[in-house]
Amino acid sequence: MRVAISWLREYVDLPAGLGAEELERALTNLGLEVESIVDQRATVSGPLVVGEVREIEELTGFKKPIRFCRVDVGDANGTGEPQEIVCGATNFVPGDKVVVILPGGVLPGNFAISARKTYGRVSNGMICSSRELGLSDEHEGILVLPADTPARPGDDARPVVGLDDVLVELEITPDRGYALSVRGIARELSHALELPYRDPAQLPAPGATADPAYPVEIRDTVGCDRFALRLVRGVDPAAPTPEWMQRRLVQAGIRTISLPVDITNYLMLELGQPMHAFDADRLGGALVVRRAVAGERLTTLDGVTRELDAEDMVICDAGLPNPVAGDAAGAPVSLAAVMGGETSEVIPGTTTDVLFEAAHWDPVMVGRTARRHRLFSEAAKRWERGVDPALPLVALERAVELLTRHGGGTATPEITDIDHVTPRGPIMFDPELPTRRAGVEYPAARVAALLERVGCAVVAGPERLAEDPGTVATAAGGPTRLSVTPPSWRPDLVEPIDLVEEVVRLDGYDRVPSVLPQAPAGNGLTAQQRRRRSLGRALAEQGYVEVICYPFVAPELLDGLGLPADDPRRQAVRVANPLSDAEPLLRTTLLGPLLASLRRNLSRGQRDVALYEVGLVFEPRPGAGEPPKMSVDHRPSEAEFAAADAIVPHQPWHVAAVLAGEVEPTGWWGSGRRAEWSDAVQAARVVLAAAGIDEERIRVRSAERAPWHPGRCAELLVDERIVGYAGELHPAVVSALELTRRTAAMELDVDALPAPSVAPAPRISGFPPALIDVALVVDDAVAAADVQRALVAGAGELLESVRLFDVYVSEQLGTGRKSLAYKLTFRAPDRTLTVEEAVAARDAAVAEASARVGAVLRGA
Amino acid sequence: MSYRNDPYDPKQVALLDQSALDEAVAAAERAFAAAGDPDALTALRPAHLGDRAPISLARREIGALPPAAKSDAGKRVNEARRTIEAAFAARREQLDREQAERVLAEERVDVTLPTDRRPRGARHPLTTLMETIGDHFVGMGYEVAEGPEVELEWTNFDALNIPPDHPARGLMDTFHLDLPGLVLRTHTSPVQARTMLTRQPPIYVVCPGRVYRTDELDATHSPVFHQVEGLVVDKGITMAHLRGTLEHFARAMFGPEARIRWRPHYFPFTEPSAEFDVWFAEHRNGPQWVEWGGCGLVNPRVLRACGIDPEVYSGFAFGIGIERTLMVRHGVSDMRDMVEGDVRFTRAFGVEV
Repeated sequence: MRVAISWLREYVDLPAGLGAEELERALTNLGLEVESIVDQRATVSGPLVVGEVREIEELTGFKKPIRFCRVDVGDANGTGEPQEIVCGATNFVPGDKVVVILPGGVLPGNFAISARKTYGRVSNGMICSSRELGLSDEHEGILVLPADTPARPGDDARPVVGLDDVLVELEITPDRGYALSVRGIARELSHALELPYRDPAQLPAPGATADPAYPVEIRDTVGCDRFALRLVRGVDPAAPTPEWMQRRLVQAGIRTISLPVDITNYLMLELGQPMHAFDADRLGGALVVRRAVAGERLTTLDGVTRELDAEDMVICDAGLPNPVAGDAAGAPVSLAAVMGGETSEVIPGTTTDVLFEAAHWDPVMVGRTARRHRLFSEAAKRWERGVDPALPLVALERAVELLTRHGGGTATPEITDIDHVTPRGPIMFDPELPTRRAGVEYPAARVAALLERVGCAVVAGPERLAEDPGTVATAAGGPTRLSVTPPSWRPDLVEPIDLVEEVVRLDGYDRVPSVLPQAPAGNGLTAQQRRRRSLGRALAEQGYVEVICYPFVAPELLDGLGLPADDPRRQAVRVANPLSDAEPLLRTTLLGPLLASLRRNLSRGQRDVALYEVGLVFEPRPGAGEPPKMSVDHRPSEAEFAAADAIVPHQPWHVAAVLAGEVEPTGWWGSGRRAEWSDAVQAARVVLAAAGIDEERIRVRSAERAPWHPGRCAELLVDERIVGYAGELHPAVVSALELTRRTAAMELDVDALPAPSVAPAPRISGFPPALIDVALVVDDAVAAADVQRALVAGAGELLESVRLFDVYVSEQLGTGRKSLAYKLTFRAPDRTLTVEEAVAARDAAVAEASARVGAVLRGA
Repeated sequence: MSYRNDPYDPKQVALLDQSALDEAVAAAERAFAAAGDPDALTALRPAHLGDRAPISLARREIGALPPAAKSDAGKRVNEARRTIEAAFAARREQLDREQAERVLAEERVDVTLPTDRRPRGARHPLTTLMETIGDHFVGMGYEVAEGPEVELEWTNFDALNIPPDHPARGLMDTFHLDLPGLVLRTHTSPVQARTMLTRQPPIYVVCPGRVYRTDELDATHSPVFHQVEGLVVDKGITMAHLRGTLEHFARAMFGPEARIRWRPHYFPFTEPSAEFDVWFAEHRNGPQWVEWGGCGLVNPRVLRACGIDPEVYSGFAFGIGIERTLMVRHGVSDMRDMVEGDVRFTRAFGVEV
């Protein structure tokens, strides 16, 4: 909401010298966020004066009409002679008062004015339009001041056109609908600065008369709990909106339309009461206020024909036929509280009988209707946040007064006011509650005074009892309780805690002291949390750089990754309103976004890139329906919440790493090494080690799985359960995703990893080891891991370690054969091994390998 | 006394003559000094200290001396031998040292050569900042709570006093899903609800995590960003406790001079509510107030929806944006740097912030 300080001053006595900073601080401390403060006095610099046009000489021979004018600017030009100015507008005549900027002045946008030759004449300044002055968007011709403007030629034009004001733009939070008005903001400022306040709604307004201003029938008093009307006949349809009113509307960002409509908008800004002006002559019968019937249509003022919903409230003209809902229902002429319809609207220059409507609508209904029709009008914004239901008659009185004063006509004496508003009950309030909640001592009298300042009626409990014996039960809490009735404009004050906020806010948030609470002993991070930190740190130490990717992916990406049609990773959660229509799915694997990030780094000139991410993937629950409806008045039952939670997609933590280019760079030490499948497998092993998974529990085996190369993909198992895959990417994937050849990747399901086992301490033997190398020849298809497992099993307890140190293939071995060379370390805990013992253990190891995988001792 | 009968033979004992001993010593010292390396020195040892060395031959002659002279001669020979031994050892040590120095000099390298054969990686500063914050609160006895990113509307909105038709729900710019009743969580606050549903007070938790709003990516917005939320529910919790906690937190993040300033605000899940600014003395543009987060006392409606009696317990909650904290604290000027995953950005932060 943007409002001029001069308007606020009408209702609160702001000190003359109130600075912008002080104003901003006051508003901020009230909870009214200041978006901007524009001091209009500074928007135009230099001589900006009132001028009176003396002579106009039409210049010919140009593509458009050009005028050479002599304008009386008094003594402002230092000579007293008329100023000679070239002007391209034609909407003025000699004798008109205009706004002139003289050479040396600067208009908004840093537009400096100087004497210059144009169209063959010297122009000494410029006659300004409203837009050039930053007053409005009006640029059809120059700004002609009203004939009765008291200012004389040469006077400073700023106060005349309203450029002596300060505009404040405020962001109003959804709970403070009342602050979307001059009335509300002025009231708040009066609280903050402790200044006298005059409520513009404190106005004697006549109540309903026996006869209605216009016949009306309210069929839904939930949607519309108050509906008031007044009629003015014989208005001058050509009467212009007074300049001061136009200026205030423009300052607030509202277009001027016609006097009756401008009055409704003006009062909405001033009081916060949205209103509507009907052309009474365009209504055929009584008004009917009701819910719409599904299928009904209405063309709203913005020219859009809207299909109505059964929840929408409409104002109908009973004189119009209605093929959908039946003629007795009348046809909709206005989408209540949100936007009027075309057929009944006041027509500028035509309408003479104006029917003003001021009502009170259900905020929930308005919010839904506004969202349904995407019509977030100024009126809807206020209704949704809550409008004071006490305003309609005051607003109508003001509207009638303004219209008859500026547009003539006569108000008919009848007043309609159908009022079903339920009066607010009191809140029983413990005056010590603010102290208990804020940690600041507020004496009871201070609490009551602050609540009264915001407009609450405060009585001590016993007085209330005497007044209204019916509330004995509620007041029984104790003699010190207060009975607090919030004012009609504060629907947000419902519970005692809402009153606490008012007390603390007005007393000042800065008065709350600083006390550090003592938390009870905690348990530190969970094992899972520690594990995620460890594995991230381990990968970083291995050279991987963490990235945090958006989880949004394109369906085509799943094809690019080569996922088979029945791959569960194709079952993805879909975002209904994605930022990019191309990427509506949530990732089911970290690899898609991670590989995109890899590609982005490559495209930015990086050649050797290793990345990792630790994040969630999203796996929808097949067949999950809607969650049960759960109350908020009490805790949902265990069963209810469990049922709700069961439809939430499974979202396990995954870790993935990708790498391309040199994993060990070329340097002065020699050539580097390019990343390959084994680096990805090692990354997975590093993660498992960091997660505390003992080597014994891990099994790696060859597998075929997208997006990996079918011959270079490792499946990792822990306790015989698959936890992920690693290896080189399939060449087709590399090509589809435009990656570096031989790009490698791994992905593990962190949540699938079992808890680390408690590691038994090894026995460290001080006796010397016996080292024996063996080379075993096996079929190419035999996995090294199986050979090693056999060696370990066969060697028995004397084997301390085994390490594969060479893989050798040659013709001598025969085709399809390979030689694996192992270094075996034997050691006994209690003695020095004899050669015979070590050799016996080696022989047992080889024998087991021979039995299990057909290994033959090389050279034997 | 018969000369013939005298076993003493001056000719035989010439080597025991002092001048001969002195000469043996001097010869040895000259020879040792001339040895250029330990091996050459070792080669000299037999000639000067071996069985056939003059000093050894001299010792043998002692037996030919009359008993009265033996003692003196023995002393002198020993003296000479010790001197030669010492000369040998000294020279040996010198030559060893010289050789070691020569080897060390030969083995000299340029230690300024690059050594990053296996470059280190880095952790994302958003991750490490969240961990730092988590650690700060864990140190105060808090625990770190977590929740899903695809979240029930009930926990994301309803339980937090944001009913379906509340204007605040419309302001949240929510990503909706093809699954009814679910959204991408718009804040970390649903973890509050989940925590209160599963734990009994006293509750002291922080909830770091990723959240989603339908904002286009630009220099200051990202549709995916991170928050840390704090929640305390206990008996007698006041706004003063909230301020004390925030100021302690602020000092950990922004230095010992950091202070907190509240501005009244509105959040459906807290009442009273405030936005808070932090005084950041080390700001790159000079000391100033910086908008940091939102906070307030937990709304009794939220407590009720989660089964906690607001007559018995009260609580506070606060939340900050991690991206914003990183931007302010480290002078990051563009949100895109944090989300695009460029390794140059992340590497600048190493593994800690």
